[in-house]
Amino acid sequence: MFSPPTRHVIGTVVALTATLSLSACGNKDGDGSAAESCVDTSGDSIKLGFLNSTSGAMAISEQTVRDSLTLAAEEINADGGILGKEIEFVEEDGASDPAVFAEKIDKLLTSDCVAAVFGGWTSASRKAMLPVVEANNGLLFYPVQYEGLEASENIYYTGATTNQQIIPAMDFLASEGVETLFLAGSDYVFPRTANKIIKQYAAELGIEIVGEEYVPLDDDDWTTQVAKIVDAEPDFVFNTINGSSNVGFIKAYYEQGLSPETSPIISVSIAEEEAPAMGKDVTGQYAAWNYFQSVQSPANDVFIRAFQDRFGSDRPTSDPMEAAYTSLYLYKNLVEAADSFDVDDINESADGVSFDAPEGTVTIDGDNHHIAKTGLIGQINADNQFDIVWSSEEPIEPDPFLEGYDWWDPTAE
Amino acid sequence: MKSLVRTFGPLVAIAVLAVLLLVVAPAVLSPFRLNNLGKYCCWAIAAVGIGLAWGRGGMLVMGQGVFFGIGGYAMAMHLKLEAAGPEGIPDFMLLYGDGTMPGWWEPFRSGAFTLFAIIALPAVAAAILGYAIFKRRVKGAYFAILTQALAVVFATLLIATIQETGGFNGLNQFTFFFGYNLYDPVNKKMVYSIAAGLLIGCLVLVWQLYRSRFGELLIATRDAEERVRFLGHDPANVKLAAFVVAAVMASIGGAMFAPIAGIISPSDVDATASIFLIAGVALGGRALLLGPALGALAVGYGRSTLSESFPDQWTYFLGALFIAVILLFPAGLASAVGRAARLVVRPKEATP
Amino acid sequence: MDSFTTPLLAGTATGALLLIAALGLALTFGQMGVINMAHGEFLMAGAYTAFVTQQIVTNADISIVVALPAAFVVAGLLGLLLEVTVITWMYRRPLDTLLVTVGVGLVLQQLAKDIFGAQGDPVRTPTWLDGNIDVFGYHWPYRQMFTIVLAVMALIALAALLKYSAFGRQIRATVQNRDLAETVGIRTRAVDRITFFIGSGLAGIGGVAVSLISGTNPRLGTTYIISAFLVVVAGGLGQLKGTVIAAFAVGIATSFFADWTSASMAQVATFALVVVFLQLRPQGLFVVRSRGLA
Repeated sequence: MFSPPTRHVIGTVVALTATLSLSACGNKDGDGSAAESCVDTSGDSIKLGFLNSTSGAMAISEQTVRDSLTLAAEEINADGGILGKEIEFVEEDGASDPAVFAEKIDKLLTSDCVAAVFGGWTSASRKAMLPVVEANNGLLFYPVQYEGLEASENIYYTGATTNQQIIPAMDFLASEGVETLFLAGSDYVFPRTANKIIKQYAAELGIEIVGEEYVPLDDDDWTTQVAKIVDAEPDFVFNTINGSSNVGFIKAYYEQGLSPETSPIISVSIAEEEAPAMGKDVTGQYAAWNYFQSVQSPANDVFIRAFQDRFGSDRPTSDPMEAAYTSLYLYKNLVEAADSFDVDDINESADGVSFDAPEGTVTIDGDNHHIAKTGLIGQINADNQFDIVWSSEEPIEPDPFLEGYDWWDPTAE
Repeated sequence: MKSLVRTFGPLVAIAVLAVLLLVVAPAVLSPFRLNNLGKYCCWAIAAVGIGLAWGRGGMLVMGQGVFFGIGGYAMAMHLKLEAAGPEGIPDFMLLYGDGTMPGWWEPFRSGAFTLFAIIALPAVAAAILGYAIFKRRVKGAYFAILTQALAVVFATLLIATIQETGGFNGLNQFTFFFGYNLYDPVNKKMVYSIAAGLLIGCLVLVWQLYRSRFGELLIATRDAEERVRFLGHDPANVKLAAFVVAAVMASIGGAMFAPIAGIISPSDVDATASIFLIAGVALGGRALLLGPALGALAVGYGRSTLSESFPDQWTYFLGALFIAVILLFPAGLASAVGRAARLVVRPKEATP
Repeated sequence: MDSFTTPLLAGTATGALLLIAALGLALTFGQMGVINMAHGEFLMAGAYTAFVTQQIVTNADISIVVALPAAFVVAGLLGLLLEVTVITWMYRRPLDTLLVTVGVGLVLQQLAKDIFGAQGDPVRTPTWLDGNIDVFGYHWPYRQMFTIVLAVMALIALAALLKYSAFGRQIRATVQNRDLAETVGIRTRAVDRITFFIGSGLAGIGGVAVSLISGTNPRLGTTYIISAFLVVVAGGLGQLKGTVIAAFAVGIATSFFADWTSASMAQVATFALVVVFLQLRPQGLFVVRSRGLA
């Protein structure tokens, strides 16, 4: 098949390739210990990384987070920086793609040598960054409510875990005397996990689940699924739909004659930003968060004014934005408590570090790196703001693995 | 002498690329950049296959992400099980499922089976699909649309099967690669070298295929399918073979992508990812030997650096790239260069 | 809820939407062999036109009526622009038109994002479409009926144009034998351009219908383009009735699959159905035999 000279040349190339490949032989006995940190703390400034999607499907949500991070950095710099060092932030685009998040956080930690990274939105982006930030013993501040069941030494979670958002929402429903509940969600990890928790807690509370429907993330047509809600006549609909798919859901809901009087919706991803963008008047519907723009506190007044001065008076503030803003201040307080930018030093003195955030005073739990947050239920009013109709009595201690809830069985269906 | 150059010029070019990728790059690039280059190599491996199917065979495969994904997920499943330990099951099944592992995961505990599956699964899948399509003489645009629809469906299926495949999050958090700790920089370099070596290997294989009788038949099928049929060959078989080889190459690329990127998720295998693979091939020159690989490396590099400098404009670049290249240089940028250097590399011109 | 009526009616509405999207595709594909992957973005342009119209004509009851012709013109002009600047250079290279228009689609998506932001902007439903009638327990939204009416009207208009007008005869002549058409003095290139304008304009009308289902967002077109192409492939080229039957078949089948399993699995099942169908009829439902396709 091969002529003799061909065989020689192929042989040469193959041998060359094989030799070169093997010359970079692996190290099987290595302990794989984390790479040495390259963070430079000698100068007048400290580098931080902001990693949010500014392109792709998640761009609009993540851009709001980027804005509040920028605001917090500017405020801190105007106030003398962190340990006297000015924040110099490096911005990267996660492009709504988990693999890009993994690549970019690697770049930020190992090439830009940032002291900490702030960002991520979807669970997929966080899961993708987790091994990288652990391998480099870096720090990531994640500002979005999520499905829990995670705690990394190298991540601080400033959004809610399930026992601070999902479980309070269920407590609220129980207090309202709800007997039947319909679950509607996008077909991915957060809604599936949230609904698993909801179903188990509903059984405990005596609430009957009368239906459960999922639609793919990029599919906006909810007509058929809403028909099932009409049929089931639930007391409440628990909405874990993500992003623009909410619009299709809300439109189909009203079109088929549902309303807050018949089967109100409680959402965990519709905030001040989204409420006016539904194409329908959603007055009277509910949302569960830990911050609303309507929260009454001096810190919140300052935050809202600063944000609207910087980005426009028509811009609302929302929970993830507040959590991102808070995360940078928490980092400042963590560094100052440790008197060091070193990750291990920070972790050692993290427990109990707090910040007077717009949502109220938040305190870090040193064991699981989440923060205590007050659970709030808001009802949308005619101005697309939320009237707070229910709140947990005090900030809820984070319990990402739901260890304090005996009805929780992680392996049950 | 001239014919010798024509015959072995491509091999010399491949050897130069081998030295660049395997000697120069590891010496001059930072671990982060080298790891990125590793990813580009994985895309390039898939691109070499696309060059074979599309450039030489005229089959516009718009869904190679599917085969990239088959290899990627097969490897990722093995790495996940390796990370979980001998009796363990992947963490996400405990978190999102009922804590039991589907039976079809079990064989992937074996490294040997995984390597076998990375070759065999895409080959079987491509053979079945290709047989169904080519034997019924579905071709041209219909074929392209069907493959793209396949990529959409594949990603939807992955996202919907959270307990089995990790859903939208995909699979990540690998710790070992066949016993080698993936956090050790030395081992990362080794994984990179394997990917780069496989790329060179695929190039040599394709070079040989192009010189063979099969290569001639493939081009003949692309340019005049009916005549090939009249000559007594079944064009369906020729196309099927090229399609299967392309699928296996995409799978190999995906299999190396998982440990290098540290993750494989539906975003890496969906229709957009498939289009992205095509972009590199179009840029480099679909019918050339080195074109697809170089194009994929360039587009991968462009994606990293342009998105670092112009995060918001990256999509414009990719869109403009398609328009400009297809409109102005349908045979790829490398063809312009190639024409200048015709003495060294003599490409078979594509007839669009 | 009736587990037969609901998927049937909802699926018919989905099919109607697919039909509007696929008519334009079938027209340009059938006549010129152009595979326009940016067709989905023309749909998006129609949806954004509905949004912009509503900013100007704030009464939602009236704005939708204004939006329909406006969207037809906007999307049509985009199509014409694409034809004149890009497609015109690449006739007889069908696969290349596919790739070029992929690039055009990407650029249009990014453009929409830069102009309007990535979040879905709301298009309010006119009050005369806001409601439903009870059909065997299914609260059939007026909006779905409106989509069906829209599709039927577009179909009738297109069929009448092709069958009875002089221009329609020119189109049919060009489709069936381009060289002969030229010989008898038809300016086939001009015919191509007008066809492209009409085909793209239909996508714009589809976009207005989509904007009533969901919001408007830059990725809106990508949701429908693949299904619309599957309809064209399954329907075969050259005759509108193939596209019509395929559109409703795909729409209704998807709805039933979604009812029986889940929305995700319905996508998978519908694709499998089309592949199996192509085993039986590789050229689609109907095909004009006088003319080979590239």
